[in-house]
Amino acid sequence: MTADIVLETEGLNRSFGALRVTQDVSFKLPRGARFALIGPNGAGKSTFINLLTGALMPSSGRIRLHGEDITRVPSQDRVRRGLVRTFQINTLFPHLTPLEATVLAIAQRHGLCVNPFKRLSGCHAEIDEAHELLDKFTFGADGERPTHELAYGRQRLLEIVLALAAQPKVLLLDEPAAGVPQQESAEIFEALAALPDDIAVLFIEHDMDVVFRFAQRITVLVAGQILCEGTPEEIADHPQVREVYLGDGEDV
Amino acid sequence: MVAVPAPGSAAATTQTARALFVRRAAWRWEEIAFWVLAAASYFIFPGHLVLITQAMITGLFVVSLDLMFGYAGIPSFGHAAFFGIGAYTAGILARDWWGDPLVGLVAGALVAGLAGAICSQIVARLHGIAMLMVTLGIGLICYEIANKWNSMTGGDDGLQGMQITPLLGRFTFDIDGKVGFIYSFIVIFILYLAARRLVNSPFGLALKGIRENVRRMPALGIGVRAQLALAFTISAALAGVAGALLAETTQYIALEVLGFDRSISVQIALVMGGMGNLIGGMIGAIAYTVLRDQLSLINPAYWDFWVGLILVVIVMTGTGGITGILRRTVDRVAARIKR
Amino acid sequence: MADFINILGAGVAYGVLLFLMAGGLSVTMGMMGFANLAHGSLSMLGGYIVVMLMNWYGWPFFGALPMAAIGAAVAGVLVERTIFKRFYWGNQLDQVLLTIGIVTMTVAGATFVWGAVPPAVHVPEFLEGRVHAGFFDIGSYRLFLIVFGGALTAAMVLGLEFTSFGAKIRAAVDNRRMTVSCGINIDRLFMLAFAIGSALAGLGGGLAIYLVGLDPSFPVKYLVYLLVVVVVGGMGSIRGTLAASLALGICDVVGKYYIPYLGAFIIYGITVAILMVRPNGLFGRGGH
Repeated sequence: MTADIVLETEGLNRSFGALRVTQDVSFKLPRGARFALIGPNGAGKSTFINLLTGALMPSSGRIRLHGEDITRVPSQDRVRRGLVRTFQINTLFPHLTPLEATVLAIAQRHGLCVNPFKRLSGCHAEIDEAHELLDKFTFGADGERPTHELAYGRQRLLEIVLALAAQPKVLLLDEPAAGVPQQESAEIFEALAALPDDIAVLFIEHDMDVVFRFAQRITVLVAGQILCEGTPEEIADHPQVREVYLGDGEDV
Repeated sequence: MVAVPAPGSAAATTQTARALFVRRAAWRWEEIAFWVLAAASYFIFPGHLVLITQAMITGLFVVSLDLMFGYAGIPSFGHAAFFGIGAYTAGILARDWWGDPLVGLVAGALVAGLAGAICSQIVARLHGIAMLMVTLGIGLICYEIANKWNSMTGGDDGLQGMQITPLLGRFTFDIDGKVGFIYSFIVIFILYLAARRLVNSPFGLALKGIRENVRRMPALGIGVRAQLALAFTISAALAGVAGALLAETTQYIALEVLGFDRSISVQIALVMGGMGNLIGGMIGAIAYTVLRDQLSLINPAYWDFWVGLILVVIVMTGTGGITGILRRTVDRVAARIKR
Repeated sequence: MADFINILGAGVAYGVLLFLMAGGLSVTMGMMGFANLAHGSLSMLGGYIVVMLMNWYGWPFFGALPMAAIGAAVAGVLVERTIFKRFYWGNQLDQVLLTIGIVTMTVAGATFVWGAVPPAVHVPEFLEGRVHAGFFDIGSYRLFLIVFGGALTAAMVLGLEFTSFGAKIRAAVDNRRMTVSCGINIDRLFMLAFAIGSALAGLGGGLAIYLVGLDPSFPVKYLVYLLVVVVVGGMGSIRGTLAASLALGICDVVGKYYIPYLGAFIIYGITVAILMVRPNGLFGRGGH
């Protein structure tokens, strides 16, 4: 069983001053998983993602990727090992086209980003791969327009494309459809559902319909602690979850 | 080449994707126009070759800053340090050991590049204002060293007594500046081509990524420190060549090559020309030199005021400097003709 | 030893001066994320206001000082309202270029209006001598700076700590977005903070003349010092700025006295060493 766990945390803690935003979180993500992380606002979901990706350092605890301890490994090296994220608030390159941004991510994978001699226009393998990826997400001509000119929904999609360009083994999605109309939101999640089986996905999402439709298992985070874990059915019936969500109605 | 449909009008294909990068790297008309005019100026203004040479050398210096500031979005307020190191290296070499101009050029590039590589190890670890402060400090330290190390640099009096031998053993630097012009033109043009190659490489794309959103870069697996260190080193080496060229063509080095004013004026020239497109640096340097000449004719003491004002106006209006204005004007005219 | 203590005193006085000039900058950088390289220009303005009032109109020193603060505050707010305000949410490169343009303009402008020759001012007689107490011996003016500056600093720290205005400023430094969503009028808050910072800068400039002199290149000369203070102290941290100002003042004076050739280098060396260990400054918050 453990052989199939790609990402694992053990007693993860993080505090800001006296505030403990992550408390003793032990979490396992198996190969090919489609797991959701839910919880009321301020439960520490984004903090948890930031700890996993190395944007924040834990006060204590361990993080393991493919069984290797990565607790002190810098963000970019985690990405190179296959732990990739998207951002809740668009964190893109406004004046680059999606095509250029995607080529950048692929060029990095190919070790080209410190090469000042190679012609970018000659990097056919990278360009073709980037185009193919964008094409799969139906970017069309939008792939060749500056990112800041694109519709918001397209920009959300680009977040995911850029993450995929890094060839993740584990994909962490921080509210991938935040602020997107329901119709487009469904498209985003269908695209995610169609990802290859060897990518494990953990996503944060507020829309419970989406969560129950796409997640195999759900982890509920409240006040920095794991309240409970289980299949969508188990979570839906969990009395404490109902209480938490009824107490904080806006998230349901 | 395959016909390229206008963006947004038709579906993108592998062909259009590849064509985008070809288009990005293509020579723009303002680049061609600049270099043709620069070459032609040899015949048009034979009486002003010395000034034109100096403006072009400043241009190379501005281009070196553009790599850092315009492409990677990293301010360097002490860039004169590397210009000065290149100048003093070439100058001291020519005074005490060996006056071959090409040797001086290479030495200037190497020493300035080395200094840049060392500084980059500090600068690449910092962000924002801390970065700005450290580069400012590097400039001031270099100035102080040159100022105090009188026996080596001539201190406040400047460095004199350079013995520059004829170029390639054949062409003596003349008082009209003909050889100086041709020599500088060729060196600067070659380095411009190299800089062009650099910004159109995957590394150049990474620099733009740093400028556009440095926070996203680690999420693509790019730690950016290696890129920043390399960019800083290359930029310093280019600035060093510019300094060496100035020393060799004027056969004198004033302490002010290292001054804060020079670091600032190169910034201003870059903003005037337009950032992040290389040729803006060359054009800005020419414009700045001409403007300084004209303004100081009107009032030598206070011309800085107008230069500062121009900088403020350019930033406030967001015009993108001369190249930005040119590009928009041409686009507008082209659109009108199409209609 | 006695020597050393006296030099220390001079260093502290210099540090207080730096704190007055940099305090406002630290708050505005921390709170508005606005890199105002022209902050030193406000100090210069304060300095020249004191010079003008005293030398042209015969005002007393202590009459001219408040005017330096007021004049700098008015000028600061004017520029803030008309220009800086539009750049608060913009990128830092634009802010840097914009304010360096303003520095260039003010340096040339000051040369035009007041000339390049450093003016002299006469402080009241009781500040011109020295104060002896045992082996302690310090210039009266320096002692005055330490006492006066110390009182101002205490007022600032207490004000930030215990008034609601201070609480708002601290909240804005911590998290701009949150402060806006709490219904605080952040626009007015910024303006007030900017006015106070400018007033302090102007006051600092007025106080600086007697100690370090004044000429049109003042904003450029002190730019690096101000940045060192703000960066080392950690942007937005008043305590950090105070600690960094005092440390820089003392290091500078001590260094220049004992190892005149290395004076400036020591400061840069220490600064770089600190930043290598703590890139966000001594009192800065980690991360972004």
